[in-house]
Amino acid sequence: MYYKETIRQMYDIGIGSFPIVFLISIFIGAVTSVQFYYQMAGTLIPPYYIGYIVRDMTIIELAPTITCLVLAGKVGSNMAAELGGMRQKEHIDAMEIMGVNTSAYLILPKLIAALLMIPILVCAAALIGIMGGYISSVPTGLFTSAEFIKGIRSFFVPYNVFMMMVKAFVFAFILTNVSCYQGYFVKGGSIELGEASTRAVVYSNILILLADYVIAIVLTA
Amino acid sequence: MIRAQRIIKNFGDQKVLNGIDFTFEAGKTNLVIGKSGSGKTVLLKILVGLFKPTSGNVWYDNIDLVTADKETLRELHMQVGMLFQGNALFDSMTIEENIRFPLDMFTTKTLKEKKEQVNLCLDRVSLNDINNKYPSEISGGMQKRVGIARAIVLNPKYLFCDEPNSGLDPQTSITIDELILNITKDNKITTIINTHDMNSVMEIGENICLIDKGYLAWQGNKEEVLNDKNEVLHDFIFASPFLQKLVESAKK
Repeated sequence: MYYKETIRQMYDIGIGSFPIVFLISIFIGAVTSVQFYYQMAGTLIPPYYIGYIVRDMTIIELAPTITCLVLAGKVGSNMAAELGGMRQKEHIDAMEIMGVNTSAYLILPKLIAALLMIPILVCAAALIGIMGGYISSVPTGLFTSAEFIKGIRSFFVPYNVFMMMVKAFVFAFILTNVSCYQGYFVKGGSIELGEASTRAVVYSNILILLADYVIAIVLTA
Repeated sequence: MIRAQRIIKNFGDQKVLNGIDFTFEAGKTNLVIGKSGSGKTVLLKILVGLFKPTSGNVWYDNIDLVTADKETLRELHMQVGMLFQGNALFDSMTIEENIRFPLDMFTTKTLKEKKEQVNLCLDRVSLNDINNKYPSEISGGMQKRVGIARAIVLNPKYLFCDEPNSGLDPQTSITIDELILNITKDNKITTIINTHDMNSVMEIGENICLIDKGYLAWQGNKEEVLNDKNEVLHDFIFASPFLQKLVESAKK
């Protein structure tokens, strides 16, 4: 039962969120690339640096943080609403009377699925973001393909990927736990359920941004 | 047999139950009746273990639910079936999956054996060919019966029904009452029904307790209901002027 539920959640979080992650990542990469070109135009900084900047910005910050902020809105509110709805419709009570450990049965699969799928989504976001940077700049003639690729391959620090993965795991943990907590302990009717859903997103976002800052300090010290 | 012993329940300063003492007998349909807000649902939730009482004990034969450890509680819950007021059927599961859920959680039966057990339970509640439908695709009365089928799938010793007739037409209500009574008799289980449906009281009320403002106001059975002089009972039974006139004309 736990296995089936985990697979269902992995599908919902991973496949279900991919289109929005794809869309956001490609535009973030594109905008980053275009705006850096605008800021650096006329300076002595070589154009290939833009590829390097797009890569590192995407990997270190934009892919994990923006993806998880978006997922807090999509996946987090969904988790809170699902659990809150189950609480209000007495589904959780029904399971408890059957002797089911409801927190383990309902929350653990979500947590496992999020910890497995969100880092994969973040990796995909990083890749798509870099592709977005390429698509928006090279065909439009801002700089050449060779310059962008040179930038992508320059000054690569594998530790940055480690930092991205740490952020992805921590943010996934935060958004799942905050959202499940808000949904699981909801009281009242549909208004309270809406409020719980909103709280899930707002608290997740605040905690993700705080954690982002803490991780940045700790891992770059 | 289930015994509620001096159950007190407070929510903050609000006293909801004030020392309820009552024995729910095995093999009988035990009814908890009372006005809305009298504390019936809170009592039922304490009896099944969803709420902890402020003080008092709940004895399932010789096991105290209030002080039982987690493992005992889990074993006890496997002997409990419950029909919820809103049915509490899982929307994302088919009827068959809903009824099979307790079997999936607690038994090591094969899928074929589980399906046979599900069909047996569906047959018991007179429902056929709805295995692959979703709860939203069947009527309220059918949902109640599916709820009962799920509640009895593990052959429980104790069956709890919270307002089994709410939202149903009178004829379907009678069918549900008869079904609960038959299941209680056939399986010799302790059934506790939370209701304010007077038809249920008169049809299946073998052991009744009336809760009023958190106190046990009256106890008896369906034969004693109409003739007892208890004021609270009288007010509750004859809240409907139609019923009052009906009894008066019958007496004449």
